[in-house]
Amino acid sequence: MSLIAWGQLQYVLAATLLLVGLYGMLVRANFVRKLMAMNVMQVGVIVFFVSLAMRAGGTPPIEIEHQAAGTDVAYANPLPHALMLTAIVVSVSTTGVALALLIRIHRRFDTLDEAELLDRLAE
Amino acid sequence: MIAAFVVPLVGQVSARLARGVTVVTPAVALVCAVGALRVALDSGPWHYHLGGWAPPWGIEYVVDPLGGGMAVLVALLATLVAIYAGPYLRAVSPRRAAVFNSLFLLLTSGLLGITLTGDLFNLYVFLEISSLAAYGLLASGGGRAVVATFRYLLIGTIAATFYLLGIGYLYALTGTVNMADLAMRLPAAGSGSAMTVGVVLIVVGLAIKMAVFPLHGWMPDAYTYAPPPVIMFIAAVMSKVSAYALLRVLFFVLPPTGAVETALSVLSWVAAGGVLAGSVLALAQTDVRRMLAYSSVGQMGYVVLGLSLGNAAALTGALLHITGHAVAKACLFGAVGSLPRETAQADVAGFAGASRRAPLTMAAFTLAALSLVGIPPTAGFFSKWYLLQGALEADAWPFAAVLLVSSLLSAVYFFRIIERIYFAAGPAPAESDRSRRRPEVSLRLLGPVLTLGAVVLLIGLFNGRLVTAVIRHALPEL
Repeated sequence: MSLIAWGQLQYVLAATLLLVGLYGMLVRANFVRKLMAMNVMQVGVIVFFVSLAMRAGGTPPIEIEHQAAGTDVAYANPLPHALMLTAIVVSVSTTGVALALLIRIHRRFDTLDEAELLDRLAE
Repeated sequence: MIAAFVVPLVGQVSARLARGVTVVTPAVALVCAVGALRVALDSGPWHYHLGGWAPPWGIEYVVDPLGGGMAVLVALLATLVAIYAGPYLRAVSPRRAAVFNSLFLLLTSGLLGITLTGDLFNLYVFLEISSLAAYGLLASGGGRAVVATFRYLLIGTIAATFYLLGIGYLYALTGTVNMADLAMRLPAAGSGSAMTVGVVLIVVGLAIKMAVFPLHGWMPDAYTYAPPPVIMFIAAVMSKVSAYALLRVLFFVLPPTGAVETALSVLSWVAAGGVLAGSVLALAQTDVRRMLAYSSVGQMGYVVLGLSLGNAAALTGALLHITGHAVAKACLFGAVGSLPRETAQADVAGFAGASRRAPLTMAAFTLAALSLVGIPPTAGFFSKWYLLQGALEADAWPFAAVLLVSSLLSAVYFFRIIERIYFAAGPAPAESDRSRRRPEVSLRLLGPVLTLGAVVLLIGLFNGRLVTAVIRHALPEL
């Protein structure tokens, strides 16, 4: 038996994205790269939630189609999708605020490199 | 009646320009919150289903004594800070003042939302709303503040992401994100590894937001460079609301076995470390605002210690400390923030002889400082008393010792300033000041600071009534 079943591959993907993102946020020196890593990390969580909603052989949870096809149709759980829609909105607005802050930092200090910035602040 | 309570929440967000609205809305919210708390105390928790969807599908708002009490605290501080912000706003351009007003109201409504929601995911959304508003407010300090804010934003987002992932695990176990529903289903779900991972992620996420040592790295910088009214509010309230969220999740949602027990015992040691580290670091600071920020790290340690000991006395102490510390910290930052206009610096030396230039402000400062040290008639003494009692009940001698030692440390760093304020010779007041005899600082700055100082004293004097009337009802069933 392999370590992970094929059906769980998306969880591996989610975990990978999370870790890549976290690693990037810790290691990268440039603030823009840190921000991008943050986005990668958030996508990891979104993949995780959407995977939870999956069901084998599930169809999209649209009522009209189900009425046509009969009552007991397996369908994907719509709640995590709704939650993630909100999470995506949150992540977009966070990114927006972060970019605005970066623009101000760049105007003031002419750099977005963490080490350089700390040097200037120490002056 | 229910609508009357929710309307200010929504109304605050759309409230934009008018300065009056900024002051009035939190005041209205305060009145509503007090009313709602009374109802909750008299006739049990009060449920409101947003959009008419019944839980567990719809979002539910719950006013129980715990959440209602926190809402009253938040609304009270928001009202006072809104008044305090007046003179500061007159000094900046109208456009920036408008931005301040709307962000401030957004922050307040986010925090009120956290205290009232009955839904874990909704709590995440409110957490992010309040955080985003806080980033905007903190960054308005300019220059260094923007850099500090950006780093705070990264760390805050990691925290929120952890929390969200934790919810994901709990959702996978139970299929619900409603708090009451989760509390019912989780014991049946057992305590497997998914549960453990979920609990750990949620606790770590909220601990970062609370700035619990050793996850406090973002805080001192963010606090030092922000404008005074902003910091007065954020320092006082934000970490407290996260502490509330942690209390809510650990004691009202999760079953008290397995992973939660372990989490609590880990938290208690972390908190004890935080109490000591915060006090020692505070001692090493020369900038008063930085010192206050580190003292917050220590004081949040007390709160977490109270939570993690988990018996009735310790929890009472934690809740009383949340209240007392929020009020006292707002008073301290408010007093410091109203001074530098004249002293032009916020380092300890700058406070020399300040009592002669601003006697009333300094009296309030001293009162709040005494409360944090834990001198009897103030709020701090009684919350520490309960915490100590809780530690002794739990036979946790090391923690009792930690509480006492750190009280001594905080006495050292606060008396260092108080001594300067009253006994050191400072620059004499300028002639023009003396001849005109104008008030020491603008009345709008002075009023809220004095009120907060008085509240610190009142909470101390009437702590018995507060405990029996509200806090006892707010405790989880143990």
